[in-house]
Amino acid sequence: MSVQASSVVPPVAVAVGAESPSTLRNVWRRLLHERLGLLGLALVALLLFTGIFADWIAPFEPNRINVPDRMQSSSLTHFAGTDQMGRDIFSRIIKGSQIALIVGVSSIAIALVLGLALGMLAGYGPRWLDNCLLLLFDTIYSFPTVMLALTVITLLGVSLKTIMLVVVVSTTPVYARLVRTSTLSLKNSEFILAERSLGAGPVRVMLRHVLPNVVGPLLIIASMDIPSVITLEAGLSFLGLGVPPPAASWGRTLNEGYNLIRDAPWIVVAAGIPLILTTLGFTFLGECLRDMLDPKLRRII
Amino acid sequence: MADAAAPLLRIENLSIDFQSSRGPVHALRNVSVDVPRGSIVGLVGESGSGKSTLALATMGLMQNNAVVKGGRILFDDRDLLTLNAAELRSLRGRRISMVFQDPMTALNPVLSIGRQMIDIQYRDRGNTVDKRRKAADLLRRVGIPDPEQRLGQFPNEFSGGMRQRIAIAMGLMGNPELLIADEPTTALDVTMEAQIVHLLRLLRRDFKGSILFISHNLGLIAELCDYVVILYAGEVVEHGTVQDIFHRPRHPYTEALLVCDPARIEQVSRELPTISGDVPNLLNPPSGCVFAPRCPRVFEPCRDRQPGDTALSATQTARCHLLNGGAHG
Repeated sequence: MSVQASSVVPPVAVAVGAESPSTLRNVWRRLLHERLGLLGLALVALLLFTGIFADWIAPFEPNRINVPDRMQSSSLTHFAGTDQMGRDIFSRIIKGSQIALIVGVSSIAIALVLGLALGMLAGYGPRWLDNCLLLLFDTIYSFPTVMLALTVITLLGVSLKTIMLVVVVSTTPVYARLVRTSTLSLKNSEFILAERSLGAGPVRVMLRHVLPNVVGPLLIIASMDIPSVITLEAGLSFLGLGVPPPAASWGRTLNEGYNLIRDAPWIVVAAGIPLILTTLGFTFLGECLRDMLDPKLRRII
Repeated sequence: MADAAAPLLRIENLSIDFQSSRGPVHALRNVSVDVPRGSIVGLVGESGSGKSTLALATMGLMQNNAVVKGGRILFDDRDLLTLNAAELRSLRGRRISMVFQDPMTALNPVLSIGRQMIDIQYRDRGNTVDKRRKAADLLRRVGIPDPEQRLGQFPNEFSGGMRQRIAIAMGLMGNPELLIADEPTTALDVTMEAQIVHLLRLLRRDFKGSILFISHNLGLIAELCDYVVILYAGEVVEHGTVQDIFHRPRHPYTEALLVCDPARIEQVSRELPTISGDVPNLLNPPSGCVFAPRCPRVFEPCRDRQPGDTALSATQTARCHLLNGGAHG
């Protein structure tokens, strides 16, 4: 087939869509114009920065016991004071952001990947597989998260990995169900049929065409789930079921501060503030992304 | 390779049912269609007459509830119904392609045109630069200006007509021998429609493939096609060359269709002629001729016995009791 370009049809006027596509660059530019989104972004960036560089930023070794300096209120040496063993609270908070990041971001990331894979399999795969996976999702979904957490912790013991496992197990079905629903509706859309008519196999259809269409809303939901996971970790740590001592998670610091609240109120305050800021940061960012990428989601999420 | 005289696509006595909660819907019954090499065959029918089912069956992309009850789909003398999924996939895009009805939904909204066009060449050797050049070349051929720049754009940055051109370009990417166009202009306005038809005719001339053109627009069929197949309620009621069908229609349904075509109405009238009645319910098709309930010239045998095909000339065949004097053919 060899057509001369000029021989074909006169050029037609080009209608450019009213909305430009939501490319990454575009989203980024719009995000910088939204005040709350920018604030959220800044807070998340701050968390990432302190989490990654915790060991360099923290002025003291977070677990170093220094009894002579115990129970100091805030000063230039100890910005957030010390606890009853003389550990520097500020350093512990900095170190705690690392734990928050590991628990929040990495467990949600694992759940996201698993949810995408299982959801697409259920939605695009054969009917029997869909039924099996759906039964599995619903079974896990029907467990209350805290009950699940307590059970798993009782069985496996208190550790960072256990908490991550709880998060992954309890959030994966939520993501997978969402992905499955979107996949089912995409599966019968004309462009998937068109791709298949051009010779695309199931794997190609799933990875190149279904995945980019479902990943957007899922990322938004995930970013709004991160703070609730961090809060869950803090809550479990507060109950003594989270990260084992002496690790400096925010929840544990809160717990320890709670016992000393009359003598050293700064501990609770210092541990509560980053928790609040992190939650706000991810929520602002997530909401802003949601409104930008898909205003229709406002009703759902 | 089969001999050159045999049609590229030969659908023989194809019957397809859809499973429904109220029983099987007989969507296609003993349908035979030939697409000779290098020709454009028009498939005409009302909504629900089974046009798209026929197209999707040929692509091997039928819905899950469709069951083939009989017949063969011979493409280059291979029965497509006996091929497994991988064999079918290797044909799609390279030997048979399809263009869909609605260009607004036929492209992936979140990938750029270039990404989609490069991705679908995954079976070809060569690096991305070559594939990109090929994509741009095809866009140019289907009449999209500045193809290099436009490859980076997303489907929503193109108009409907442009998107249909892109869809056609993607269909032609693998140099197929058969292009199935399932109402490619229905969603477009009249000027776009004319351009797409013009484009298809040029492409046929240049890529020397065959086109199965599905439409309910008789004007387009007359303009574009060499052969016409009239499908009514899942049966082929008449087929012939475009001259046969438009100058010497013999089946009452074909005649009625031509009368109803707005483009052919000559007298000034406020009322459009219509075919009264509805398409029969395919859960339970009429026992006699499918068109009998609506036929203006219905007579005694029509309601009881199915008419057989009557060959009217070397090229034209119709399925009507009127043509064989009521005798079963």
